Amino acid sequence: MSDHEYVPSSKFGKWFNDRLPLLSLASHLTDYPTPKNLNYWWTFGGILTFCLITQIVTGLTLAMHYIAHADMAFESVEHIMRDVNYGWLIRYIHANGASMFFLAVYIHIFRSLFYGSYKSPREIIWIIGIIIYLLMMAAAFMGYVLPWGQMSFWGATVITNLFSAIPLVGEGIVNWLWGGYSVDNPTLTRFFTLHYLIPFLILGLVVLHIWALHVPGNNNPVGIDVKKPSKDTVPFHPYIVIKDAFALLMFMIVFAFFVFYSPNILGHADNYIEANPMVTPAHIVPEWYLLPFYAILRSVPDKLMGVVAMLSAILILAALPWLDTSKIRSAVFRPLYKQFYWILVVDVLVLGYVGAMPAEGLYLLIARVATAYYFIHFLIILPILGFKEKTIPLPLSITEPVLGGMPIASAVKKKESLN
Amino acid sequence: MSEKKPERREFLFTATYAVGAVGVGAVVWPLIDQMNPDASVKALASTEVDVSSVQPGKTITVLWRGKPVFIKRRTPDEVAEARAVKMEDLKDPQKDEDRAKDPEWLVMLGVCTHLGCVPLNDKGDYNGWFCPCHGSHYDISGRIRKGPAPTNMEVPKYEFVNTNTIKIG
Amino acid sequence: MKNILKISYSIIFLLAATLAVNAAEKVDLLKTDWSFKGLFGKFDRGALQRGYQVYSEVCAGCHSMKYVSYRNLSEPGGPEFSEEQAKTIAANFEVTDGPNNDGEMFVRPAKLSDKFVMPFENVKAAQAANGGAYPPDMSVLAKARSGGVDYIYSVLLGYEDPPSGVTLDDGVYYNKYMYGNKIKMSQPLMDNAVEYSDGTKASEEQMAKDVTTFLMWAAEPHLESRHKMGFKAILYLIILTILVYFSMKKIWSRIESEV
Repeated sequence: MSDHEYVPSSKFGKWFNDRLPLLSLASHLTDYPTPKNLNYWWTFGGILTFCLITQIVTGLTLAMHYIAHADMAFESVEHIMRDVNYGWLIRYIHANGASMFFLAVYIHIFRSLFYGSYKSPREIIWIIGIIIYLLMMAAAFMGYVLPWGQMSFWGATVITNLFSAIPLVGEGIVNWLWGGYSVDNPTLTRFFTLHYLIPFLILGLVVLHIWALHVPGNNNPVGIDVKKPSKDTVPFHPYIVIKDAFALLMFMIVFAFFVFYSPNILGHADNYIEANPMVTPAHIVPEWYLLPFYAILRSVPDKLMGVVAMLSAILILAALPWLDTSKIRSAVFRPLYKQFYWILVVDVLVLGYVGAMPAEGLYLLIARVATAYYFIHFLIILPILGFKEKTIPLPLSITEPVLGGMPIASAVKKKESLN
Repeated sequence: MSEKKPERREFLFTATYAVGAVGVGAVVWPLIDQMNPDASVKALASTEVDVSSVQPGKTITVLWRGKPVFIKRRTPDEVAEARAVKMEDLKDPQKDEDRAKDPEWLVMLGVCTHLGCVPLNDKGDYNGWFCPCHGSHYDISGRIRKGPAPTNMEVPKYEFVNTNTIKIG
Repeated sequence: MKNILKISYSIIFLLAATLAVNAAEKVDLLKTDWSFKGLFGKFDRGALQRGYQVYSEVCAGCHSMKYVSYRNLSEPGGPEFSEEQAKTIAANFEVTDGPNNDGEMFVRPAKLSDKFVMPFENVKAAQAANGGAYPPDMSVLAKARSGGVDYIYSVLLGYEDPPSGVTLDDGVYYNKYMYGNKIKMSQPLMDNAVEYSDGTKASEEQMAKDVTTFLMWAAEPHLESRHKMGFKAILYLIILTILVYFSMKKIWSRIESEV
């Protein structure tokens, strides 16, 4: 794993390191050669680490006060909000932290899509990332159930009912998930257990994600391989650390505005009404980060096929390294792909929008067109584009001029402009 | 590596570290403080006990802040015994007069000062309480006389609301 | 630096889109100037105390407030009644406690540590007494309705004669702002429904505003400390961001490359 042999200077350090090479690991992490042209879109990896740790720490403290019981969950959340010292702060950080986590992960994923970071030799990093994303959605969904408000209850009912679409065994599976004939106390306690477990699974996968990253090293905005270490790279510490810190602080300012000044704006008012199995809220809408997939689900008129479409929309991403046939990584050198990329971004935003709207009339039509385009992008456009597209010649290195004699640094700077 | 010779640690870096450290401290405090007794627990800090039915020589045990409180109505003999003890015989010298506002009523936390077990009534070598966990003997004033406990049983804040009611806390 | 701007724009765009989605369903609610909105928003103490009066004299007959305790009335950031006043308020209510040493439940006056006493034993009793409609618990009501305080304020002032063509069953009233326009609660506030001790004129609007302010506090008792802490936290973050920015410039200047 280490790029060079690290020998501790102190005698004790050497003794310890020979038995458990923690110091070698630390040295690897601080010296890790990183392409020096990484832009701010690359800081979201660090931001996501921060988000995960924040969620785990605030989650652990909330779990000290929360009671996972259908009769007491709502009350215990109010107890946290009113009586526990700084309980309101910790809960608002945790609740908004989920949204901030997804905001960051979407930027992280779309950065990867733009710069082709999923391509060889980084397929495993990408697939681990998709698994993390799936687990995040599961954790977020189950976490939303815990306050036991109306949206918790009906969200749980609707999402678990997706499994009833499976032929023959569907109903049995749903009853098994519920531990009863409806969402009730057994469902709540198992969701709490799993909500507690998943973050640690994610933590483990994040270690693998970073490990797999450190084998080939980072991709970069130019998308060509860099020799490492070389004049194209900088050691991770202090150069990347300080840059990540700066970006993280900017992110925290946005985060803080939500926590302190509009803590409930990303949530839904109905979740402050205690769960009632007799009354369904007028509009059931998932949290914003799940809306695009919700739109895909609803755009298909068949129950089973809707669920299949929604799952495929996520799983198709895992096949992306092989669906994209282009050898060029960065969209900077792929003029056509760049345009399709932006169409995809708009497509996903449109899906998110119609996901929040009632599934009828024009909204339904738009949802269907957007869903179709989503799959066309991955299944048809990307494979063909790799063969047909006329790409811009790549520079020899991220710092050297291209054959044309144009100073590449400034050229790249202009090109990476995302508008 | 085209790195220049690293500069001396500058004021800017020191300031950044210092300000950052303050922030970390400010973030850590709420995470610690959330484990302290919360507002609803603090609000239950006092409890009122009706002692009219307690016979002389008997002890009742009531719960206050989740801990047992012994309320003993002492006979004149017991009071005399408690007051006759010489200060130099005590491990944690304290006059009985300082422990019982009204000599007839002894009010104290029924928690052994060794490791928190509940001592037994009317047991031990000194006519008072005996802790079964590690063998501490307390006298009729709740003072430690023998065994590992370091101090006398604690007297909580209390007052007589009227002759029949004691308010603890 | 350009990139940061771009990222910020993208984030703002995304957030704006979310907010637009959330805002899309709103009807035009009545607006008033809430003292607790904004960066330094605080509750108006007078409004909270008057609002409690309206709540206790008008609403509390049917609406419970089961997560709020009497002690909250004297806590900082709330109506800030004196502890004595709060004790007196509590003592007006009776709670069932026990069992005592004889194993029997008994009734005693409420203490500061007790939660607000509910007007009905349970939801079924509340429904039975109110023509089948459950008067919702008011502890978090201000957060439990889309539109929040504006919605509650509007519903309180939104009673009208039904437009022609709309027929109402017995015990159902027409309200311009209520979801579905039909409400089972009769108009709760009329001019001078209460008599304010501080001399404020008890107009319908005044009472609606006061009681809504009180409901906002009940739903969000730590709002003031949240605003105060938020200002400090963000100011701190900005200072640290500036320091880190210049540190970053200095560190990267060692290798003659732009950040």
